[in-house]
Amino acid sequence: MRRVLILAVAVFSMGPVAAIDTGQAFDDPVLQARYEKLISEVRCLKCQNQSIKDSNVFLASDLRREIRRLIEEGKSDAEVVDFLVTRYGEFALYRPRTTGKTLILWIAPFLLVLLGGFALFRVVRHRMSMPMDDDTAITAKEGSSE
Amino acid sequence: MSRYILPLIAVVALVLFLVIGLQRGDPRALPSPYIGKPAPQFELPTLADPAVMVASKDLEGDFALVNVWATWCVGCRSEHPFLLQLARDNSIPIYGINWRDTRPEALRWIAQLGDPYIASGFDETGRVGIDWGVYGAPETFLLNADGIVVHKHLGPLGREAWDRDFVPLINAGRAAQ
Repeated sequence: MRRVLILAVAVFSMGPVAAIDTGQAFDDPVLQARYEKLISEVRCLKCQNQSIKDSNVFLASDLRREIRRLIEEGKSDAEVVDFLVTRYGEFALYRPRTTGKTLILWIAPFLLVLLGGFALFRVVRHRMSMPMDDDTAITAKEGSSE
Repeated sequence: MSRYILPLIAVVALVLFLVIGLQRGDPRALPSPYIGKPAPQFELPTLADPAVMVASKDLEGDFALVNVWATWCVGCRSEHPFLLQLARDNSIPIYGINWRDTRPEALRWIAQLGDPYIASGFDETGRVGIDWGVYGAPETFLLNADGIVVHKHLGPLGREAWDRDFVPLINAGRAAQ
């Protein structure tokens, strides 16, 4: 039974491996690393919560092909990113660049932490100014009555 | 009383964001970065005749529609009668980009359903589609006489969207000329 299960798992997990043509695009390991990093950071516009590395819709494979071509032409990473943003907008990037428009994305988390910290500080200070809780209040009373 | 003001503001702000988020319509619809900018240059062999080219300069001089379509695209079939009607009414010159398709299938589609296009560029590899920021057919771009993209419609085009989004832009543009 266990053998059958193992075999089934092995067989059914083969499909996804073969589905996406993200194998070796470059012989040069440096170029290959750049290529893989870029395609994992570009959103597949057709299947919006996947990167073009993880998707096999034809738009994703077209974009992979374009990125491969740009790298072959000797374009820098920034130029490849520019190519995509000109055509599809900032949304195509999983790691948006720091520009005026996307600044809010980068600072919002810090602002929210500050805000939360401030709220916590207020609550704690308020609690501390309240009369002590029951147990200690009683012991204090008992103490004073003796 | 004053201790409720801050939470109240926070809740109101949150509700406001949620309402705006719900009213935005299709959350997958992306604004085109080309609005207000020159349409990307292109040159493609026409669907009808691989020896004849259709290019950006053919579109200049008047408002024009660039409709991205394919035979595998269900929405394209549903908007096709409306495109034919626009062509019959001489509303606007319509150009097609036949995106990621095969020539026999696209030619059969045109033969069966009718041809609203002055010409369709045959974009077999999807190169031009990427240049135009296309991510799902059908998409329809409205270009003014100077070749500037003034509007982009996602999904099947119909009378309602045409009257609401396209006609005012075209009328205003033609009046200014």
